[in-house]
Amino acid sequence: MMEIELLVIGAGPAGLMAALHAAEAGAGVLLIERSDRLGGQLIKQTHKFFGSKAEYAGERGIDIAAKLIDACEKTKTITIWKNTPVLGIYPDGVVTALHQEKFCTIKPAKVIVATGAAEKTMAFPNNDLPGIYGAGAVQTLMNVHGVLPAKRILMVGAGNIGVIVAYQLLQAGVEVAGVVEASPQVGGYHVHAAKLQRHGVPIYTSHSVKAAHGDPFLEGVTICKLDKDWQPIAGSDQYIEVDGLCLAVGLSPLTELLWQAGCDMKYVAELGGYVPVRNGNLQTTEEHIFVAGDVSGVEEASAAMVEGKLAGMYIAALLGYQTANYEPELQLAREQLAALRSGPAGEKIRNGLSKVLCREVG
Amino acid sequence: MEHQAHAKLGAGPTAVFECLQRIPCNPCADACPRGAITVKEINDCPTLDVDRCNGCGICMTHCPGLSIFVVDLQYSPEAALVKIPYEFSPLPVQDEQVDALNRQGDYVGDARVIRVQKSSNKTHIIWLAVPKELAMEVRNLRLRKEPFHD
Repeated sequence: MMEIELLVIGAGPAGLMAALHAAEAGAGVLLIERSDRLGGQLIKQTHKFFGSKAEYAGERGIDIAAKLIDACEKTKTITIWKNTPVLGIYPDGVVTALHQEKFCTIKPAKVIVATGAAEKTMAFPNNDLPGIYGAGAVQTLMNVHGVLPAKRILMVGAGNIGVIVAYQLLQAGVEVAGVVEASPQVGGYHVHAAKLQRHGVPIYTSHSVKAAHGDPFLEGVTICKLDKDWQPIAGSDQYIEVDGLCLAVGLSPLTELLWQAGCDMKYVAELGGYVPVRNGNLQTTEEHIFVAGDVSGVEEASAAMVEGKLAGMYIAALLGYQTANYEPELQLAREQLAALRSGPAGEKIRNGLSKVLCREVG
Repeated sequence: MEHQAHAKLGAGPTAVFECLQRIPCNPCADACPRGAITVKEINDCPTLDVDRCNGCGICMTHCPGLSIFVVDLQYSPEAALVKIPYEFSPLPVQDEQVDALNRQGDYVGDARVIRVQKSSNKTHIIWLAVPKELAMEVRNLRLRKEPFHD
């Protein structure tokens, strides 16, 4: 059995920052990632990030990923295991994983679960036709592997992911037939929507997908208008010829390990589904288990990075590695998070968090 | 969505911010070498001190929303200068004639590419000469003949 001070599960923006900051303070870290690459969703994010300098604002996700991965790989006190799915967290604190095709056991003093989130999908006739993708798959094909997902695509969802991926599709040379959004407003940042609009991409608010058509692959989509109660309006059907349909209809936290570990969980719609009850230091009701990033509530990657930093620093201090600047730096991270969530764009997150924070610390 | 620019223009080239929604973002303020841009709280929209702004366009390359443009109404007797942030390939070339598009992506007139300013972070800046009356309308461009580009 491998003994380690801190186990970080998931090497996306939250996990990488957590590992780095805990190791920087002096803790021994094992960073486990189930895929063959570190960086999580960052490696698909070709757009520049919002936020402030401290969250790498103005830099592209792919460049942030490269920096964080490089820093982790250069840190001797971080052991990195890729291609390693974590299988379970047990009551005696033992964590099991499949590493190099062997079942192995780990005994960490503390754990940070930073497993991220999974895409939601949508029910409509023929939603299993080839040519229908989640936005994550489109980004993986296009931005990781350099494969065009379609020639002409319709985007569903005008949240930030929908409008950002639609713009990336335009950049890749794909024609974007439009963006369909069930709510009456664009949910993503208006500047992202404006980028699409000045390329002539129509945004169909108060519309939804009624059915997909084609045999044996997608050839077109029927959309319809929704009334103020979100019900389809008869006679409003519109057929759009496309060979691709991209669903960007939200994410839900990947919380299986937390459930299995016995953490108290709560359903909070604003945060994307079931999320762990925790305190301001990201500590769950299982004392040695912490969370960071989308697994604790779906948010922007900038917030995930700050959460990772905060949890990493806090745990290092718990383990006895308290750096000279610990208090002010922890306070700064808290202020960063509060600032990111402070405006009207953060209202939903603030409402969600108020339901799941078991006590305010600090 | 409203895209009315709220900035008044200075005497020469001046940044125009079409950033009108309160979102947590402030790299433009850090980017400005002349301290002309202020974002008081991170969720505030930027404000510009037009007297300090010389229209250099550095903020344009940093803005994640590509919402900053530079406009110079006094560029020449007939034409105004509009600088557009551009993240597409191929890039236009100097002196090329392109379609000038408005905020809805509609063709509104012809523009000449004055300069292509490449940026290491891949948000390139295209300088367009446009008819003066279109200075506050033109916000995108469309290439006419693709095969001639590298």
